[in-house]
Amino acid sequence: MFFIAGIVSAQSHEAEEVETGAHDLKTEIKEYIDHHLLDSYDFNLYSYTTDEGEHKYIGFPLPVILWDNGLKVFSSSKLKHGEGVAEVDGNYYTLYHNKIYKTDAEGTIEFEGHHNDETHVEDAFGENLVVEDAHPSNVKPLDFSITKNVVFIALVGLLMFLMFRSVASNYKKSNLPKGVGRVLEPLVVFVRDEIAVPNIGHKYKKYMSYLLTVFFFVWIINLLGLTPLGVNVTNNIAVTFALALITYFITTFSGNKNYWKHIFWMPGVPVPMKIILAPIELLGTFIKPFSLMIRLYANITAGHVVLMSIIGLMFIFKNWIGSPLSFALAFALSLLELLVAALQAYIFTMLSALYFGMAVEEDHH
Amino acid sequence: MEKLMEQFSLGLFFWQLVLFIGLLLLLKKFAWKPILNAVEKREEGIKDALEAAEAAKKEMQNVTADSEKLLKEARAERDALLKEAREIKESIISEAKEQANAEGDKIIKQAQAAIESEKKAAVADIKAQVANLSLEIAEKVIKEELSNKDKQLKLVDDMLGDIKLN
Repeated sequence: MFFIAGIVSAQSHEAEEVETGAHDLKTEIKEYIDHHLLDSYDFNLYSYTTDEGEHKYIGFPLPVILWDNGLKVFSSSKLKHGEGVAEVDGNYYTLYHNKIYKTDAEGTIEFEGHHNDETHVEDAFGENLVVEDAHPSNVKPLDFSITKNVVFIALVGLLMFLMFRSVASNYKKSNLPKGVGRVLEPLVVFVRDEIAVPNIGHKYKKYMSYLLTVFFFVWIINLLGLTPLGVNVTNNIAVTFALALITYFITTFSGNKNYWKHIFWMPGVPVPMKIILAPIELLGTFIKPFSLMIRLYANITAGHVVLMSIIGLMFIFKNWIGSPLSFALAFALSLLELLVAALQAYIFTMLSALYFGMAVEEDHH
Repeated sequence: MEKLMEQFSLGLFFWQLVLFIGLLLLLKKFAWKPILNAVEKREEGIKDALEAAEAAKKEMQNVTADSEKLLKEARAERDALLKEAREIKESIISEAKEQANAEGDKIIKQAQAAIESEKKAAVADIKAQVANLSLEIAEKVIKEELSNKDKQLKLVDDMLGDIKLN
């Protein structure tokens, strides 16, 4: 949090000193927040602008992997943070609004959309001329780049693997947990006794691996998103979609006869109602994981937007009353976010378990 | 929603899916199974130990109850024995008393019988002596009478007086 504050502070000073005119402080903060919430092709710790107006980035580039009539792999440093055109095997790629587009040697981005009546050709670097509702018509190659979020997911995976393997290997020596296991074991038992068993019942064992993995993954990645590294993973709809999709598939494939009967031919209601209920229930099976996806995404995104906005307020107020107040508010809010990080992990796991429980529930009418 | 769709990154989705499933499988093999098994085993152990303790407690209670029962039985037996002994003692005493009484009665009866027979013998003896005396008296009287009438009479009187004295 302080780190982010530091970045914003650095940028606000720069804004004061440079006074480019195009950006006032408020839009700059807004853009910074928007940028912070997005994935990135580089692993940047922070960036600043020199007095000459040149952007400097502290961090390291990551590999860009594209599928564009063949596999194209190159370093993201070639994209120069959206300020350059990368040339690979005679193809040109550039970044526009954080997406990779195929372009020509000059980095031309062509637009379609509401402003189509004007021939709207814009240079990729002319960021100031952003046209709302305009979509670039350039080809978007299939993008499997190792972005900042992918690196972070892999790191969290590695961390979890090392952590839990050490906990597991400790049980070979002694029956009692030691070290980090003393903290993790009660959490594992919590997931089992408070989430899996009450919602799924005696068939819970099959689902424990998924529930535990998703619980710790979401929690740890949420918590790390609050650190000064500021890498937000769970506020990407792609990530929450992947998680929700797994929940959906597990639910669907473990659905027993009773589960499908309740969807397509609801017992205990008149026949016309059965016909009406079937499509609703079928839709429900998609809505349930969909709500999981949106809930996690929206909660984390909202938390970060509000938190960073309040931090940003400090630099807008710039007086002895408003700034400490927003600092106190930001502090309180970041404490709340710590709770939300755990709560969202709990809710995601809990609801997944609930859906699995519905899928394996035996008929008891 | 449109913004969301635009933000959606296929690459991130792909990597998240691949990395997450990989993590899931790795953790399942190397972490969750051993951890859950160990926890379960320990819980089983604790449960067994508790059950054993409970069983031992019950056993202990049973033993106490048994020993108490034994003690009670022993006490009852002792009481019964004492009572029996007392009864036996009393019966022996009463029997002995009875026997003694009977013996005494028998002895008394025998004594009475002996006394009776003695008495009878004595009476018979006295009778015989009286008869002898009477005969002697009669002889002497007759002898006196024969010598002197007065004297004879006097003798008879004397004799009679003697008899009275006797």
